[in-house]
Amino acid sequence: MTRLLKGMLLATTMFAPAGAVLAQDASLTIESWRNDDLSIWQEKLIPAFEAKNPGIKVTFAPMAPTEYNSAVNAKLEAGTAGDLITCRPFDLSLAMFQKGQLAPLNDLDGIKNFSDTAKSAWTTDDGKTTFCVPMASVIHGFIYNKKAFEELKVEVPKTEDEFFALLDKIKADGTYIPMAMGTKDQWEAATMGYYNIGPNDWKGEEGRKALIAGTQKLTDADWVEPYKTLAKWKPYLGDGFEAQTYPDSQNLFTLGRAAIYPAGSWEIAPFKAQADFEMGAFPPPVKKAGDTCYISDHNDIGIGLNAKGKNPEAAKKFLAWVASPEFATLYANSLPGFFSLNSTAVKMEDPLAQEFVSWRQNCKPTIRPSAAIVGRGQPNLDLEMWRVSANVINGTQTPEQAAEETQKGLDSWYKPAK
Amino acid sequence: MSEADNPSDLAPIKRPFRWHILVFLAPAFLVYTAIMILPLIETLRLSLYNLVDGQTVFVGLTNFITLFSDPRLSASFWNALGNNLIFFVIHMLVQNPVGIALAAMLSVSKLRFATFYRTAIFVPTLLSFVIVGFIWKLILSPIWGIAPGMMDWVGLKWAFAPWLGKSESALITVSLISVWQYVGIPMMLIYAALLNIPDEVLEAAECDGITGWSQFWKIKLPLILPSIGIISILTFVGNFNAFDLIYTVQGALAGPDGSTDILGTLLYRTFFGFQNQMGDRSMGATIATVMFLIILAGVSLYLFVIQRRMRRYQF
Repeated sequence: MTRLLKGMLLATTMFAPAGAVLAQDASLTIESWRNDDLSIWQEKLIPAFEAKNPGIKVTFAPMAPTEYNSAVNAKLEAGTAGDLITCRPFDLSLAMFQKGQLAPLNDLDGIKNFSDTAKSAWTTDDGKTTFCVPMASVIHGFIYNKKAFEELKVEVPKTEDEFFALLDKIKADGTYIPMAMGTKDQWEAATMGYYNIGPNDWKGEEGRKALIAGTQKLTDADWVEPYKTLAKWKPYLGDGFEAQTYPDSQNLFTLGRAAIYPAGSWEIAPFKAQADFEMGAFPPPVKKAGDTCYISDHNDIGIGLNAKGKNPEAAKKFLAWVASPEFATLYANSLPGFFSLNSTAVKMEDPLAQEFVSWRQNCKPTIRPSAAIVGRGQPNLDLEMWRVSANVINGTQTPEQAAEETQKGLDSWYKPAK
Repeated sequence: MSEADNPSDLAPIKRPFRWHILVFLAPAFLVYTAIMILPLIETLRLSLYNLVDGQTVFVGLTNFITLFSDPRLSASFWNALGNNLIFFVIHMLVQNPVGIALAAMLSVSKLRFATFYRTAIFVPTLLSFVIVGFIWKLILSPIWGIAPGMMDWVGLKWAFAPWLGKSESALITVSLISVWQYVGIPMMLIYAALLNIPDEVLEAAECDGITGWSQFWKIKLPLILPSIGIISILTFVGNFNAFDLIYTVQGALAGPDGSTDILGTLLYRTFFGFQNQMGDRSMGATIATVMFLIILAGVSLYLFVIQRRMRRYQF
């Protein structure tokens, strides 16, 4: 009995590694915060890759978005992270690269398929090294219920005055909640509010770069103005919006109880699946008719290589595939609302997604102001903007106080280059 | 013990070494050391270290000085401590008196369905905080909740507000949810203490003409005071360690505007990070150490000052 057991142990220890080498299996794990996309990765994207690359097994391992950054950092430090790391744009991924956790990808096949703008979110400040393959950007705007608009015989607003006149009309009619948004989770107030309508006031990239250069401050009129507009939203949000969570708002809109939803384009796929009415979209209204419009077209998601991963060769194969036009088409159509950053034009089937993308022709794109360079320190500007935007909508802080607080936080660590 | 008690000229009685004591103590000792004492010591140690240029180095009390001198960190710390005190005071003012009242009512022998009430009130304590958090979030939701509708039936619709979303009411609401969940514990402990009072004492009181309310105040309450002390200290430790309910109901940001932020949620955000804010383990450990010291001070105060003065009665 003992001899048999010993023989078995010996056999397993000696032959098991040999077996693994013979099969040449490489398994890759993708760390991600996109738990909403789990089924699309499992059912569409990964099978498409595995069919072409036998022997490589890919697992998509998402976690809760708010926990992603610190969790993936802890995993990278402990050496237990997967081979592929989904990259947040700008400062967060840059910090990972500077710590040597992400590998440079300058010589990756297919990295040339991306323009410098697309790569900017995952490139070092000197513009020399790219460390993540850009995957997609998201555009902010407003999604509306077409059925409701037809019933109320109202048109899509172009200017801010029209926008508020429209909200008044929906409110007076009473059938629909004018706008579905809550402030309980805080991030919507900034992401769907401040970052959404703000670029029209601070003139997109111009204002954002001036903020980084230190020639503009968050207390300047252009940066306070969006808070003033947000403060005016309060009467048009549903009853008890202070305790309304993000899923609450999504459900209010898809159940047809609200007419307008301040949105990011990532909502398109889940909304399509749930709403049984037609939806349209409009960009953030401008101040006066004829003003140049600006939209938040934010490089949102990329994918990088864990510098200490176990299967770098297989992982590179996967990244090269992500950089290919084939992936771009597949991804943009499986997840309408995540717009490909690939230079090759991608044909999208979804009309709502086409609507969002069409704004790029007339409006000037910019990214979220708190993402690059000014988002590096403590207190984190993004989180500060969440908090004060929610306060402004709740009416517990004036727009001026909100702006002053964020600027004070920024001043405490950020010294613009003179 | 003096030497004279144990004269050396007497032959010592040889007792075999009692191995079984060690054997029986070992599992609890090992498990407790591994999962409680070592992490505690490690946390205390970590609070004295920090990352400098990627290296963990000993920095003495610098972390504590930063915690109390940095304007933002200290502001969030004092905010969290203040909220935690309010959280504790609400428990002391609501949970424990209500628990005592419930126990007093249950111990009335004429009460029908006493077992049913006892079980029903105790059940929430057994529920997971996640379930409690989500149930209450749903009940109080202004959109889907049943609270607005039920208040409408009794004509109180005007009094409904999105309590969890307003900074002035959120902390009180969360505290009351926690009270609802844990009121069963003081009730059970006091109930047991009340049952322990011998009937002779109560009968003697009745002979002396002390009945009803005055019997409760003059006889029963002094006899259950030690239990109330224990409950207070349990509440204190539980409240200053609290985290779970706030996290499930209000999220890690403990909004709105940090109004429900208590030490536990502040520790979580600092240690593990949140969204774009990276985790800072040394500062997290520093906050954890301060929490430990606060609890230690509270427990010591109770043990050395209050408990010694408490009169106990032996029957």
